[in-house]
Amino acid sequence: MSTEPTTESAPPAVPEDRVPGRVKRPRARSDGLYWGILYGATLVFVVVCVAFLVTLVTSSFSAWRHSGLGLIFGTTWNPDKELYGALPLLVGTLETTIIALVLAVPLGILVAVALVHLVPRRLRTPLSSFVELLAAVPSVVFGGVGFLVLAPYFQQHFYPWLQSTTHSFYLFSGTFSTTSTLLAGIVLFVMVLPTIVALSRDAIATVPVEQVEGAMSLGATKWQILSRVVLPSSRTGITGAVTLAAARALGETIAVAMVIGNYFKINHSLLSGGTTLASALATQWDGATSLTISALGALAVILIAITASVNYLGRALLRRASQGALL
Amino acid sequence: MTNIGDLPADPIIERRALIQATARSSLARRNLVSRLMLGVCALAFVVAGAVLIWIVALLISKGFHWISKPFFTQDPQTPTVFQQNNLGGIRNAIWGSIVIDGIALLIAIPVGLIAGHLLAESENSFANAVRKTTEVMTGLPSILFGIFVYEFMIIKFHYRFSGILGSLALVMIMVPVIMKASEIAFRAVPHSLKEAGLSLGLSKGVIAARIVTPAAVPGLLTAVLLAMSRAVGETAPLIWVIGNNYVATWSPYKQQSAIPISIYNGLLGAASPLQQDYAWGSALFLVVVVLFLNLGSRFLAAFLRRERH
Repeated sequence: MSTEPTTESAPPAVPEDRVPGRVKRPRARSDGLYWGILYGATLVFVVVCVAFLVTLVTSSFSAWRHSGLGLIFGTTWNPDKELYGALPLLVGTLETTIIALVLAVPLGILVAVALVHLVPRRLRTPLSSFVELLAAVPSVVFGGVGFLVLAPYFQQHFYPWLQSTTHSFYLFSGTFSTTSTLLAGIVLFVMVLPTIVALSRDAIATVPVEQVEGAMSLGATKWQILSRVVLPSSRTGITGAVTLAAARALGETIAVAMVIGNYFKINHSLLSGGTTLASALATQWDGATSLTISALGALAVILIAITASVNYLGRALLRRASQGALL
Repeated sequence: MTNIGDLPADPIIERRALIQATARSSLARRNLVSRLMLGVCALAFVVAGAVLIWIVALLISKGFHWISKPFFTQDPQTPTVFQQNNLGGIRNAIWGSIVIDGIALLIAIPVGLIAGHLLAESENSFANAVRKTTEVMTGLPSILFGIFVYEFMIIKFHYRFSGILGSLALVMIMVPVIMKASEIAFRAVPHSLKEAGLSLGLSKGVIAARIVTPAAVPGLLTAVLLAMSRAVGETAPLIWVIGNNYVATWSPYKQQSAIPISIYNGLLGAASPLQQDYAWGSALFLVVVVLFLNLGSRFLAAFLRRERH
């Protein structure tokens, strides 16, 4: 590295007055090339992203023309009769996400608190990496575990137990088979747990130590410190973590498709089958007519709108949280 | 002469005494609540850990005995009357994954690294817009990229189902990941190094290629391995575009299989419980590959960084 510039800077044969021009011209040209390559590659990416959005939106046109707003508010999805109402899918998406969050948020936050403030210092890093590794496990594996192990177990033991203890409460009434909305929610719960733990842990770890020490000096017990100082001041970051987890749950495709039963009707019981926007995209395309493909394109556009905005909100919250920590 | 005792008591002292008395009287209760809630925290920790360890244990216990030599060297087979247990292997899926992910990497690495370098080098509104786009793209469900490739290549250009279309879908997953991680790696290179290059009269391109990139190699490797570990496990974008096959081929222009796809199809379309069970082997293998890449990216980066210092 150090030898080249010296050989370059000492060309003996060149006349003195020619040197500036000789140095300048190639430099200007290679800078242009440099920025050209950089912008070229980035533009390729941008163009593909634009093409992505444009293609999906235009592909959905004929479905919008066919069904109009019925595409969002229609309650029947039956490609054979050319009825495309996405309301059952939207309801299913919402149900599974809510079940997942109701289970994962309290557990995840408590685990994050334990990771930062209870676990011995030496175990903290390996345990944190373990949690992050679990976020990397492919969703088809979670779906497989849900499908092969949980589904039969739920049918034989969990659903009957649930119905007998809640006396077939509204949400848990009716007949059931192996797959269900509830099962999909529970599989999603396991999948988003690592996200919530990892991101809330980051938020909790950035709480200034002075605040904790201040509370200690006032004689607060450990739980008082955690519940009145640590958690409130990491509130923004934790909200961001939960929002990003929600985005992941809303868009999860394969694992949900494997355990939800793909049943296209709105049903009040969580034990009946259901479907979600993303999982319908995975199960409905095979052998579909061109109008159905277009309707799936419309579902894709709705899914983009939902996940992109939720995801953006989550990132904005996390960004604000990290800026607050710096101030 | 007034007696000190006759003076009205200091309100601050009184207040302090009151506060201390309250604190003391509630100490037992507060300690109890604290201990209870910390117990709940610890319980949550144990429960979450147990769930995750259970999944890992399940994968190993159910999948490990499937992993054998024919598992890697044979294509899937239908059990015959004579060989009830002969299910073959997942050679078609392994080859398919190598072809699809390999081509995706060949495209995604140059684009991702160069674009990441641009993001690290410029702060203008174009770079900011690209940065936002990258964030949005990483958050989208991956099946959307499969639908895009399907609509674009198969419907518009009447291209056939093939492995290379799967690669294109995976490129769209990999590039934002590589961009984001490599931007961080490029930014971490000290400014003084670049200034040293400038002071020697080097062009920007030479500085980027000979100074910044070598200094950022550990971070760039992390970026690439991270993108790989994400792409290898993806099922959703592939089901729309790669078709399926049961005979291994290295051709990216034919219908292909992939490991996650073989798990998905194996579970949902399985003819017998035996074949379903068999998917455990593929699942275990897939998890090992993904975790190996993921862990590899961490350790390699840490190792290279230590080598330098």
